Amino acid sequence: MTDLMRLPLHDLHVELGARMVPFAGYDMPVQYSAGVMKEHQHTRTRAGLFDVSHMGQVVLRGGDYAQVARAMEALVPVNIAGLGENRQRYGFFTNEGGGIEDDLMMANRGDHLFVVVNAACKDADIALMRAGLGADVRVEVIEDRALLALQGPEAEAVLVGLNPAAAEMRFMDVATLELAGAECWVSRSGYTGEDGFEISVPADAAETLACRLLEHEAVAPIGLGARDSLRLEAGLCLYGHDIDSETSPIEAGLSWAIQKVRRNGGARAGGFPGAERILQELEDGAPRKRVGLRPQGRAPMREGVELFAEEAGGAPVGVITSGGFGPTVGGPVAMGYLPAERTAPGTTVFGELRGKRHPVKVAELPFVPANFKR
Amino acid sequence: MKFTEDHEWLRADDNGLVVVGITEHASSQLGDVVFVELPEIDTKVAKGDEIVVIESVKAASDISAPLDGEVVEVNEAIVDDPGKVNEDPLGEAWFFKMKIDDLSALDDYMDEDAYKDFVG
Repeated sequence: MTDLMRLPLHDLHVELGARMVPFAGYDMPVQYSAGVMKEHQHTRTRAGLFDVSHMGQVVLRGGDYAQVARAMEALVPVNIAGLGENRQRYGFFTNEGGGIEDDLMMANRGDHLFVVVNAACKDADIALMRAGLGADVRVEVIEDRALLALQGPEAEAVLVGLNPAAAEMRFMDVATLELAGAECWVSRSGYTGEDGFEISVPADAAETLACRLLEHEAVAPIGLGARDSLRLEAGLCLYGHDIDSETSPIEAGLSWAIQKVRRNGGARAGGFPGAERILQELEDGAPRKRVGLRPQGRAPMREGVELFAEEAGGAPVGVITSGGFGPTVGGPVAMGYLPAERTAPGTTVFGELRGKRHPVKVAELPFVPANFKR
Repeated sequence: MKFTEDHEWLRADDNGLVVVGITEHASSQLGDVVFVELPEIDTKVAKGDEIVVIESVKAASDISAPLDGEVVEVNEAIVDDPGKVNEDPLGEAWFFKMKIDDLSALDDYMDEDAYKDFVG
C-alpha cells in the first residue's frame, strides 16, 4: 500500500466523514457515515454526488473531428464518425481475440473527441491510443480536472439551480456549462441507471462546485460502495469483473453498442481488433452470455460463486461475476455467465455457497428500470 | 459483559446461559448487514467453530463459537431483519445463547476497558 494517490476532493471527503480505501491506486471514499444502504436509496430517490476523479479523462485531437473519429474506429467497434456533435456514446476497446480491453465513454466535442476510461485501465488505454491512433492524432491526458457525477431523480433540478441550460440536455448529450464560476464539461449520463450528469471540472474549482452541490438539501455524498450496488441493479458491467480481455461484447450482452455501420454489410464493417470473432458472434450468437441472476434465498452471491445446472453433482456451467445485496430490489442480485441454452429468464440454476447449492433464477436486466431523460 | 478479539460480546443471563453477539465496532466495520445465518439449536459446538454467517453489503464474515458448549437458542429476529445488527448490536440483536459447563470460562476474555484499548 505505497504511494496512494490523492485526488482534488480528498480533504472534502475526509471532512464529510468518508471511510477512505485504496482503489485502483487512489485513496477513495467507499462510504460516508450514512452507509452504503442509505447512500444507495438516497441516489435512487433524491440526488447523489460521486467523486469519480480517478477515472481517466483524455482529449483526442487531429486535423478535425472526422479524422480523429476514423482513427478511433480502428480501436473500437463503434460508430464514432457518425456520432452527432455534442453527443456521447458508450463503447469498448477490443483486442485481437475479440475480448474487451476496457469500456469507455466517447463524446463528439466538435473539434475533438473526449473520452473517459476506467481508472484501473487508464495507463494501458492511453498507451493503446498513443500506439493505435496514428501520428496525426494527439492524445492529451487531462490531469488538471476532477470528475463528479450527480445522479438521481433530483439531479436535474439541482444542476438547473447552478445553470438553467442543464435542463435542455437529454440522455447522452454533452455540453460546456459554467457551474459555480467554472467551465465544466457536462454529459447527461452516469453509472447508476438514474438520470444524472457527469461533470468534468477544473481541479482548482472542484471543491467549490462540490460544496455548492452538497448545499442543496436533495444532495448527499455517495461512496464507491453504493456506486457498485447502483450499477449492479442497473445491469451495468464493471470492467475486470463482468467483462475482461477474454469476454467478447456479444457474450457480455453489449451488441447494442456496435452500430449497424460497423457490422457485416455496413459501410464501415469491421476494421477493429477482433473483428473476425465479434462479427461472427453477432451473426451466430455466442456460446455463453451474461445474464441477470436472482438468488432465491436471502444470502447474497458474490463474484466467483460457481453456477451448476443441478442441485447436486456435475461440473459448474457458469460463474457469478458481480453480486451482492440490491437495496432497491430488497434482496440479493447478481450477474454472471451461463451457456446460451440456459439464459432464458426464469431458468433455474444453482449457486454454491459454503458447500451448499441454492437455487438462482435467470432474470431480465436491469433489475431496476432505467430512469433516463431521453 | 466480556469481549473477544473477534469482536464478539458475551454475557451470562439470569438462566446461566451465555448470550453472544457482535460489538458496535464490528457492526460498524461490517457496514449494513443484509443476511444472517444462525446455527441450529441443540448443536454441540467447540470453541472456534464457525457457526454464524453474516453478510453485509460489503462482504461475508463468520462468527465463531467463543466457548465449548451447546447452542440452545438463536435469535430469529435478526434473520428476518438483519438491519437490527447495525441498530442495536449490544442489545436486541444478540445472535445465540449457549449452555456451557463452567461460566468461569468467560473470565478468559477481555472486560470492557481492555476491549476498548484493543480496538484503539
